[in-house]
Amino acid sequence: MSSATDPDAFTGATPDNALRDADRAAGPMLAADGTPLKRSLNRALRAQKLRALGLIAPLLLFIIITFIAPIADMLFRSVENDIVSQTLPRTVVALEDWNGEGAPDEETFRALGADLVVAAELKNHTRLGSRLNYETVGMSSLFRQSGRDVDDIGEVYADQFIVLSEAWEEPATWVALMADPDWVAEQSEWAAQEDPIGPEPAFALSEQAQEALPRTARSYAQFAQIIQSEDEDSPTEEEPWNIVYQALYEDLSQGYVTGIYSGELAQLLDNAASAVGGFEQMSVRDFFLEEVDDDWADPEVWGTIKAFSSPYTAGYFLSSVDMQLTPQGIESQPEDQQIYMLLFQRTMFMSLTIMFSCILLGYPIAFLLSNLPLRTSNLLLILVLLPFWTSLLVRTSAWKVLLQQEGVINDILVWIGLIGDGSRLQLINNQTGTIIAMTHILLPFMILPLYSVMKTIPPHYVRAAKSLGATPWTAFWRVYFPQSVPGIGAGSILVFILSIGYYITPEIVGGTTGTFISNRIAYHISSSLNWGLAAALGSILLALVLVLYYLYDRIVGIDNVSLG
Amino acid sequence: MLVLDTRSEQAFVEFDRVQKSYDGETLVVKDLNLAIGKGEFLTMLGPSGSGKTTCLMMLAGFETATHGEIRLDGKEINNIPPHKRGIGMVFQNYALFPHMTVAENLAFPLEVRNIGKSERETKIKRALDMVQMGDFGGRRPAQLSGGQQQRIALARALVFEPELVLMDEPLGALDKQLRETLQFEITRLAHDLGITVVYVTHDQTEALTMSDRVAVFDDGRIQQLAAPDELYERPENSFVAQFIGENNTLEGTVTKLSGDRCIVKLDQTGEHIDALPVNVKKEGDRTLVSIRPERVEFDPQLGPDAHTLDAEVLEFIYMGDVFRTRLRVAGRDDFIVKTRNRADQKRLSPGDRIKIGWLPQDCRALDT
Repeated sequence: MSSATDPDAFTGATPDNALRDADRAAGPMLAADGTPLKRSLNRALRAQKLRALGLIAPLLLFIIITFIAPIADMLFRSVENDIVSQTLPRTVVALEDWNGEGAPDEETFRALGADLVVAAELKNHTRLGSRLNYETVGMSSLFRQSGRDVDDIGEVYADQFIVLSEAWEEPATWVALMADPDWVAEQSEWAAQEDPIGPEPAFALSEQAQEALPRTARSYAQFAQIIQSEDEDSPTEEEPWNIVYQALYEDLSQGYVTGIYSGELAQLLDNAASAVGGFEQMSVRDFFLEEVDDDWADPEVWGTIKAFSSPYTAGYFLSSVDMQLTPQGIESQPEDQQIYMLLFQRTMFMSLTIMFSCILLGYPIAFLLSNLPLRTSNLLLILVLLPFWTSLLVRTSAWKVLLQQEGVINDILVWIGLIGDGSRLQLINNQTGTIIAMTHILLPFMILPLYSVMKTIPPHYVRAAKSLGATPWTAFWRVYFPQSVPGIGAGSILVFILSIGYYITPEIVGGTTGTFISNRIAYHISSSLNWGLAAALGSILLALVLVLYYLYDRIVGIDNVSLG
Repeated sequence: MLVLDTRSEQAFVEFDRVQKSYDGETLVVKDLNLAIGKGEFLTMLGPSGSGKTTCLMMLAGFETATHGEIRLDGKEINNIPPHKRGIGMVFQNYALFPHMTVAENLAFPLEVRNIGKSERETKIKRALDMVQMGDFGGRRPAQLSGGQQQRIALARALVFEPELVLMDEPLGALDKQLRETLQFEITRLAHDLGITVVYVTHDQTEALTMSDRVAVFDDGRIQQLAAPDELYERPENSFVAQFIGENNTLEGTVTKLSGDRCIVKLDQTGEHIDALPVNVKKEGDRTLVSIRPERVEFDPQLGPDAHTLDAEVLEFIYMGDVFRTRLRVAGRDDFIVKTRNRADQKRLSPGDRIKIGWLPQDCRALDT
């Protein structure tokens, strides 16, 4: 129990210590064959260790695969936030220079348009909308609306290019401009087959396209990839999206480098380059603000995007403690949206209440059990264990029957006249209900460690105390009780840690005021699908338990916890 | 050794027709009558299950007597709870409180008696010095050896200056050497402090060396209550004779009984021996005669009408200070004779045939 019984804990001049001192002075001990004793001991123990590892290996693997890895992954979600930077890569870069006032410039909106077209094709924009909606209400519908409209960006330019030359309408022109010659060869070989085997070779950009028309190349590559993967079509047969024409317009109007292409393509490009100056223009910024949704003028929208553009975020954790990450920094949530701190406090308070109720109810039972003859105590122990053989759900549901206003307990109280029929007690769907039901459910976890510790306390201590003149109470309080503290410690840790993460019982009998933080976590996992927040809340709960455990170790000493 | 015989009219501890039953069917203690004088060291000796510990527990108050009265200093204490009896007690397993230091253990009986701090410290120091453990006040019981723990337990039982101290096999868990040292110390302390001690043990050596009187328990009764020398030399019945010390027994029938002499005819061989009648009443009674191994003589030079027995040496064991010879006598193979290792002592070898004899008063004819 106590480390004081450990023979190594003795200091001073004992024969053992003298031998150890002599060993230290003589340097490393050698085995019979001259190798250091430590090494030959290690060698002798290695096989033993390997065998031990082999024995636990299946369970270890099972736990790592099914338990530790998924939990680590879930906890990682509490800080993971790459959805913004992955869905809106150009926008995030463009936003770096935004000063936070008003809507950003045309360039940013163009980036947003390009990103959103891709996102809308991949149907990622709604997911991003939901994610950002956790932070700023209205983002979800804004993104859904924008996803529908972005197809129109660049349409003006597409029409004008096609008027300029019919060739711009031809997929073949685009392939010739953009595709890597190797890919073209592979693709035509693949297409020449009677019955093509496997998918079309993945599209590859040519180097000259990336050099001459960087934006167009990037935009076209995304188009080609999505056409191939999502639509299972071929870029050789599809006219590019309008946004590709938009990119082409941007490339040609902003410093087009001649001389990279030759022949007809060069001719085509040169013509287009000289014509774009006279094109009818379209402001993407105006398009978003006027035709899509004027919410895009709201700096809060952009602030949210910028605040959550880094791949890792403290946002979920801040939400967990009723704070929020705003473009201006970290702030408290508005008063009416603060719920998590309250829930944490309530969880702690109720767990402590349940723990103390269990101590109060369990201690006398354990005391009785440990002092009864073995046959009687075994019978009683079975009664204590009986609840374990019944489903938790059944037991909790039984409490619902007992505790409700028309339930058994209220009926009895009314019948014996303790309360009037009109003033039946509200015992369920509130904190009282949760505390009553959970105390009952967790009581065995208090009784068992207490019992096993109390059984090891020999009766002669109390006898000795009485023979020394202590009244039965003093003998109990000063001699028996201190020796049963390790059992209280073990039971308390068990009950407290179990109750702090309890879910089913508070969910069923807790109503709105008797639920725990775990119920909120479950809600975010299964209903609101805000897994990041759920993971953050779970991480905080885990940290809380570890901190309490550490404090307990410091104050009571984990050596003083005994399961018997 | 001091033997007080005047105590019966002013007994300090008195058991008066005490009975005890745990299950309502059998009596563990049957009609116990015992008076212990003030300052006496009385040992209850007996095999396990003989009822000696039950008697001690009744005296301490942890068991209630089913019938009869227990009196302490003239007052009946049957219904007084243990903590109000003011009796010190030392347990076999020491029962030092493991969560308290030695000093705290000793302070415990003083604290519950509301004794002030400075007085408490004086008494603790005195008690610890008494058992030569003055430097160990700050240790925990687990850091002490068995002997040290028992010293502390003793100090704790004495620190509140009780007039009566009970000891329940206090040295049972210690090795021989330590046991002997502590036996001496306990008797010294008991006499120095003038306390009355009731000591329970199953070790007869302990009982003989420490006690003023020994009560030999068997089957819930006191078989004999006497001073150690009397108990050893003049056992009143065959149980005591066999339980205390080593003993040779021979079975036979009394053929002649006259005053303090009787002649017993042995069952096996029909030989006759002289004996001291202890509890044989008439000629023809069956008897078990008992002879201490050290009172047997080889080739005895006794009176002309004295009887001797033929014996054959089976085994000769050299034990240093004594020789131990196993003989076949009157048809029995387990007859032991002890002789001192003297220069002129004859060393026998197996197969030797000799005659043995003894003084009639050393051979006691007891009940069967």
